[in-house]
Amino acid sequence: MEVMSIGILQIVGLGLVATFLVLVLKEQKPVFAFLLTVFVGVFIFLFLIDQIKEVINMLEKIAESAHLNPVYVETILKIIGIAYIAEFGMQITKDAGQGSLASKIELAGKILILVMAIPIMTAIIKTVIDLIPH
Amino acid sequence: MSFDVNTIFQIAGIGIIVAMIQTVLKQMGKDDWSQWVTLIGFVVVLYMVASIISDLFDKIKSVFLFK
Repeated sequence: MEVMSIGILQIVGLGLVATFLVLVLKEQKPVFAFLLTVFVGVFIFLFLIDQIKEVINMLEKIAESAHLNPVYVETILKIIGIAYIAEFGMQITKDAGQGSLASKIELAGKILILVMAIPIMTAIIKTVIDLIPH
Repeated sequence: MSFDVNTIFQIAGIGIIVAMIQTVLKQMGKDDWSQWVTLIGFVVVLYMVASIISDLFDKIKSVFLFK
């Protein structure tokens, strides 16, 4: 893709143009308008993920130089990923008028994040228990 | 499949053209044909959207260390 160097102005312009197209399309074919919205959303997300990659590379480098346990960093990254993808799916389902499905996706995201956090929470509780004098 | 801004206009164009064809076919009294045109246009656009979503999921998998 040669559109790697797009900035905020391009994103805003894209959003505005897509909004006008959706307005025109919604009169005739609401399904196509919805698919267009999904497409533009994914497009912006794809652009954002390239930026997120930079941040995550930096985080990984810092964690490496701090000799952190890589399992924790990996867990945190996975949690961030789950949050992003759940948010994305939730917004799309809500746009399509399926509010109940959207809240189920949100619930699934929350529970999966909780499950992912189990090792970290166990470690924290163990440390706290070790600190308490018996 | 690679995507750029043109795909947005393609989807909007397909939608408008399908709506036009449907109107014309309906005035000619061929309602069943207009249904097929709508279905085919929908499938084409759905293919585009589905492939960009799979692109996105692959990227998320690689960035957030899902293996």
